[in-house]
Amino acid sequence: MKRRNFIYLSGVGAGAMMLPNLPAFGTPIDPAEALNQVDARIKKELADVALNMAKSKGASYADIRIGRYLNQAVVTRETRVLNVANAESYGVGIRVLVNGCWGFAATNNVTKDGIAKTTERAVAVAKANAKIGGKPVQLAPQKGFGEVSWKTPIEKNAFEVPIKEKVDLLMSVNGAALAGGANFVNSTILAINEQKFFASTDGSYIDQDIHRLYPNFSVTKIDAAKGAFETRAALSSPVGMGYEYLNPVESEKVKGIVTRYKNRYDMLEDVKNATKNATEKVSSKSVEPGKYDLVLDPSHLWLTIHESVAHPTELDRVLGYEANYAGTSFLTVDKLKSGNFRFGSKNVNVVADRSQKGSLGAVGYDDEGVQPKQFDIVKDGILTNFQTIRDQAHVIGLKESQGCCYAQTWSDVQFQRMPNVSLAPGKAKLSVDDMIKGVEKGIYIVGNGSFSIDQQRYNFQFGGQLFYEIKNGKIVGMLNDVAYQATNQEFWNSCAAVCDESDYRLGGAFNDGKGQPGQSNAVSHGSSTTKFTGVNVINVKRKIG
Amino acid sequence: MPILSKEEAQALLKKVLSYSKAEACEVSLGGSEGGNIRYALNAVSTAGDIGTLGLAVSSTFGKKTGTATINEFDDASLEKVVRRSEELAQLAPPNPEYMPPLGPQTFKDAATYNDQTAAMTPEGRAELVAKSLEVTKAANLQAAGFLENSTDFRAVMNSAGLFAYNKSTDVTFSVTTRNAEGTGSGYAARGFTDVSKLDTFAATKIAAQKATGSVGARAIEPGKYTVILEPTAAAYMMENMFRFDARSADEGRSFLSKKGGGTRLGEKLLDEKVTIYSDPFNTELPSGTWTGDGLPLEKTYWFDKGVVKNLSYSRYWAEKKGVKPQPGPSNIIMEGGTQSLEEMIKSTERGILVSRLWYIRMVDPQVLALTGLTRDGTFYIENGKIKFPIKNMRFNESPVIMLNNVEALGKPERAISVESYRSYLIPPMKIRDFTFSSLSDAV
Repeated sequence: MKRRNFIYLSGVGAGAMMLPNLPAFGTPIDPAEALNQVDARIKKELADVALNMAKSKGASYADIRIGRYLNQAVVTRETRVLNVANAESYGVGIRVLVNGCWGFAATNNVTKDGIAKTTERAVAVAKANAKIGGKPVQLAPQKGFGEVSWKTPIEKNAFEVPIKEKVDLLMSVNGAALAGGANFVNSTILAINEQKFFASTDGSYIDQDIHRLYPNFSVTKIDAAKGAFETRAALSSPVGMGYEYLNPVESEKVKGIVTRYKNRYDMLEDVKNATKNATEKVSSKSVEPGKYDLVLDPSHLWLTIHESVAHPTELDRVLGYEANYAGTSFLTVDKLKSGNFRFGSKNVNVVADRSQKGSLGAVGYDDEGVQPKQFDIVKDGILTNFQTIRDQAHVIGLKESQGCCYAQTWSDVQFQRMPNVSLAPGKAKLSVDDMIKGVEKGIYIVGNGSFSIDQQRYNFQFGGQLFYEIKNGKIVGMLNDVAYQATNQEFWNSCAAVCDESDYRLGGAFNDGKGQPGQSNAVSHGSSTTKFTGVNVINVKRKIG
Repeated sequence: MPILSKEEAQALLKKVLSYSKAEACEVSLGGSEGGNIRYALNAVSTAGDIGTLGLAVSSTFGKKTGTATINEFDDASLEKVVRRSEELAQLAPPNPEYMPPLGPQTFKDAATYNDQTAAMTPEGRAELVAKSLEVTKAANLQAAGFLENSTDFRAVMNSAGLFAYNKSTDVTFSVTTRNAEGTGSGYAARGFTDVSKLDTFAATKIAAQKATGSVGARAIEPGKYTVILEPTAAAYMMENMFRFDARSADEGRSFLSKKGGGTRLGEKLLDEKVTIYSDPFNTELPSGTWTGDGLPLEKTYWFDKGVVKNLSYSRYWAEKKGVKPQPGPSNIIMEGGTQSLEEMIKSTERGILVSRLWYIRMVDPQVLALTGLTRDGTFYIENGKIKFPIKNMRFNESPVIMLNNVEALGKPERAISVESYRSYLIPPMKIRDFTFSSLSDAV
């Protein structure tokens, strides 16, 4: 994940909590203006200017994305509102393929003249780069879809909900935390709407309306005498939904040692639990390092899946295109082609799917006009596929792209980004309680915390929000200072059991970073609670003078 | 044109303010133009060229502020954006931490702009990349790299009479070189205001040497070792401590919080060899001379011989605590010694040379405990010589603990953090008892 954006936007970092302003993320607008959309017919006319110009200047392929990216953030701490920001970013990005080389240019001057000039710039960039040489780009064929559209299936557009309602909710959340004894509390609601129009020389004119929402908070409890503090973040997830996510529904709650949530979130209930948890954490037992069986809740495991499975199966990383930034991968084309590379135990089935309702990665078409399909990445523990886009598919012998192309806004060039990548639930009936009963010496981890992994995705370390010690099949108390370290393949081969689909939930990254210049992607990862055996747990406590 | 001169910006901002009917109004204008080129597997993969110009207006009635922005500049649009900010202000909840705008201030000129960098073209960028590729093609290595240049300006004006303007240029370059077998990897990164200082050929040579030299890495047992951190590694390791925020310290949630309450201002927290300051007028690392809310930036010591010398106070927190506002660091300069990296290696009996660190994340903000890994050239030193390359390792360490274990500091140089892409002036540093917790197979 891209740490900086994540911290600034989600307000999770203790330091970042004090920032009065969000970073410039677009152009602030009146909330009502977010509800107006640009007519697709006008966008088609504008798009044709670029496509015709590109062809006349020698492009063998061109696409244009006319994007209106809206975001709204309500940011509070304790009893006050720190920021209400409504922003829009509107412009076009034009990508051309000339002499076998890509060129890209973008402008916020969305007029026929602005688009024509920008197309010329994109062609000039491609020609300058073609002089350096290298293998010409090989695009997998893609049929045009004509004029089509797609919209996130939301029940309530978050941009239609008055700011006051959001402020009132966050103020009641903060009030509950302070009443429960929290020293500090920060809370945010972030809403995103991508209104994006894609057109290409293949004959597609695709209009999409994508929605995402992220409610979040962090509660801090201080022990001044000890000079110590503890925090507990929300157990919400960023979602590909409307404001309906914030209407609590009992049947969407997962009860247990702490309540977790499926497709609806009870922010007020969670903050009360968080306040109790933060207080408990201050006086909880420091972990004894050693080997433990880990029982990982989906609110935690999504991040481990994200870093250790989803990233290393991105084909651009495998091939070396991300070597200078995100890194490469321990997985190789040879390992894939062997057909017998054992990524994990037979319990490990990993699926890529951009059609999952409520997920962050759900789209009708990707950012180069491809309809994404569901595909297996790991089947019964064996590596079966990588994530691809049009100019990579041929490398692993595919005839078409798998629809993994995305750009964070109109001003960024699109490239390979991960779809939703999820661990399939176990086929046999298995509840979390029954899983815990089978653990002699273990730790049950809820919520995601600190995360770090090497550039080829071998060695990782993860923390969490809540750690519960399991002894002889029972939870006996809370632990602190826990992190686990493992080698990727070893870890997934220690996957002993996955709970059934009744426990399946999505977690996700609102701002996953990759590329140069850096770009953010939003993606979900689903799983049921999963058990890993004999994992190395360290104690992370350090002291300064 | 996205880049306006001081006079053009001043005239435009005056006109915008003339439409204001609010009790207080702040207007800011910013523009950027530039381009980038990315390459991998010894060929260009993507490139782009981007320009933007935008205006933001904040209007305030009482303690209620509304902000609106626009990227159209005809008179009607300018008046519209002012009216809209006033409407939003009336709808906003009052902000108890609102501070009225500052009156006129005196700012010294910044040395942040360079004509040659501003004039860079797609062809010029492609040529700089071609020089980098010359090295890797000749050495039979694969290069992946990124070159980006930008020219930015920003200007602010408010109803209390403040006006500030600054123009800057920046060029950054980074390259990773790997052998075809994937058994060796090297890296170099450079950042400058002035592109004429950027030598992509020389930087790629260093990355190539690291790639070739790291082949055949051996595993050593993780544990506590004396390390020599090159400036690129040290900058990234230390970046997490560079906020020096008084408020979070007062609130008890910072490494600068004192047990029992208050801050550690005036306490000796680091080794006496450690002196860290900001100076906008440093010729190697110039920065802007004013903050977003119009406070002038001056040379400021954060740590002097290990003692916490200053903390940053926002205008609101300063008023609450009865002290002078102190802007946060505009740049970071750490004093060092005169030794070269080679001399530091020569004086090391046993230790590890770390070229670069990777994926550093906070594990415990209370003591700034971090985890991350080495990469792109990690070497074992014995009796003053590099003996052999070693496998990469994960570390669990705090920069605060690390800066209490300083054996020696070398000559400071401009280095880029590989996370934020900010430049710092940081010396190579020899640190004892640096904690490595596990091995990694990553190259």
